[in-house]
Amino acid sequence: MTAEATAGTVVRTQPQIQSELMKSRVAAAMWFLVPMLVALAIVAGWPLLRTIYFSLTNTSLNNLYGGDFVGFKNYLSWTTLKSGRTVFSGLLVDPAWWNAVGNTLRFAVISVTLETVIGMIVALVLNAEFKGRGIVRAAILIPWAIPTIVSAKMWSWMLNDQFGIINDLFLNLGIISQKVAWTATADTAMTAVLIVDIWKTTPFMALLILAGLQMVPKDVYEAAKIDGVHPVKVFFKVTLPLVRPAVMVAVIFRLLDAMRIFDLIYVLTPNSKATKTMSVISRENLFDFDKFAYGSAQSTLLFLMIAVMTGLYIWLGKVRFDGGDR
Amino acid sequence: MTMDLWAITKRVAFYALVLFIVVVAVFPFYYAILTSFKSGTDLFRVSYWPTSFSLDNYAAVLNVGDFPRNVLNSIFVASVTVLLALFLAVTASFALSRVRFRGRGLILMTILAVSMFPQIAVLAGLFEVIRFLGIYNTPWALIFSYTIFTLPFTVWVLTTFMRDLPIEIEEAAIVDGATPWVIITRVFMPLMWPALVTTGLLAFIGAWNEFLFALTFTSSNATRTVPVAIALLSGGTQHEIPWGAIMAASVIVTVPLVILVLVFQRKIISGLTAGGVKG
Repeated sequence: MTAEATAGTVVRTQPQIQSELMKSRVAAAMWFLVPMLVALAIVAGWPLLRTIYFSLTNTSLNNLYGGDFVGFKNYLSWTTLKSGRTVFSGLLVDPAWWNAVGNTLRFAVISVTLETVIGMIVALVLNAEFKGRGIVRAAILIPWAIPTIVSAKMWSWMLNDQFGIINDLFLNLGIISQKVAWTATADTAMTAVLIVDIWKTTPFMALLILAGLQMVPKDVYEAAKIDGVHPVKVFFKVTLPLVRPAVMVAVIFRLLDAMRIFDLIYVLTPNSKATKTMSVISRENLFDFDKFAYGSAQSTLLFLMIAVMTGLYIWLGKVRFDGGDR
Repeated sequence: MTMDLWAITKRVAFYALVLFIVVVAVFPFYYAILTSFKSGTDLFRVSYWPTSFSLDNYAAVLNVGDFPRNVLNSIFVASVTVLLALFLAVTASFALSRVRFRGRGLILMTILAVSMFPQIAVLAGLFEVIRFLGIYNTPWALIFSYTIFTLPFTVWVLTTFMRDLPIEIEEAAIVDGATPWVIITRVFMPLMWPALVTTGLLAFIGAWNEFLFALTFTSSNATRTVPVAIALLSGGTQHEIPWGAIMAASVIVTVPLVILVLVFQRKIISGLTAGGVKG
């Protein structure tokens, strides 16, 4: 108490100097931020607004500036026939769109769930001490380093119905009785996509979970060992609750990423109705089918869905935005 | 005696699991390399070990078509994108991590939100801007559009990194009357090299692998980047897919990445977990 009081009287001019300094620092900070904010506004903000605007017009790809404002017609419109029957049309009653929504959600939920479970197993293995751990960690980084397009091509060769090694292996092991056209059959196309995505993304999950596992103090395990607690019980009662925050962050990031999947599906199972996702169908309408405005409406809806999910995450996760004490 | 047996079983099971993980992780890449060295009818005979060695596929990829050009395009686009993003991000993250001002939380939140953007949501609008600027079907269209994911990522990671540096290193410079610009270039930059290398490398990989924008904003073989070139590699007819050439191209673009990632292993893992943005 007294120490503070004396300090206050002795250096009375200090706050004044500091506030001058603060002012100039804040001014400099503003100038540092302007280029980045301008860049983001041009490449993200403005294009997003234009996409939303296009979704409310009848713009076509060949005549970007010739579209007329049509309101929400691309989303939903209706006409009443002479017979008195009302016919609805537009995105919200389009079965192809809802098929894509279903595919995207199914893909996102299944892939992220399996990646989390397998990632947890891999992370637990890497957290144990054994000879050759460095080699394993290096090995699991390889799928992560390979470009998505390349891994899609590698796997579509391995999954090839005639000459693929997967069919050969499964036939030899007796898992299948005849060759399967993995990527071309509607029943197996989604499985093929899931296999490749899980192969490619589990390493990322495993490394994030591993980082969480390494924060758990070692003496927790030692105490459990001395008390003779079964390892499985230790995992569920001690390890899992402690790494849950780290796992949750990873799950949310992956979920948001999986919602917008495009490249893997575009290359691995082109034109398959069973795997077509929201991003794939939007791009198709935008640039292949000359339904620019309709495609814009689809991408706007996907954006809204992801925006709501991100909002929920920021709200529920209480992400730290304060940036420390400086 | 029984205890020993149980311990041995557990050990064997553990190492079997380890072996399984390694084989599954590495096999597709190994098989691509194996395939890329096969030619002719050999290609269509399934084998698990190397049986023949031919460089035909590599010769085909490097001499026919625009593949070497595509590799150069990718290197140019990814390098310029990363340099641009790092330049904008260093100063911005200094402001966001070391200076207290109103609205800082809002800006950080916007940056995180942009990094979660579905790229498809800006595709139509970006297409219009790129057409307007007259850079459609040039590398600049890609450098321009890639900023949407490299910039938020680099700003976010560098802000986390700078936030954790002690204030003492700045104090001496402030007392000497150094301007923020001098503080960044003289005090922070030397300390930030490791972070810059890691962030730059991760952003480089992101730009190198990007597909949607590259597919949409380029239209001729000579301006395409590697992922699009590989995706669109086709044979003489629709049904004749040149698997050997595709695998050779895949190996050519993946080997440098895998080497980079293995060399910078530790840095990449810490960068991924600290920034934790995208995979």
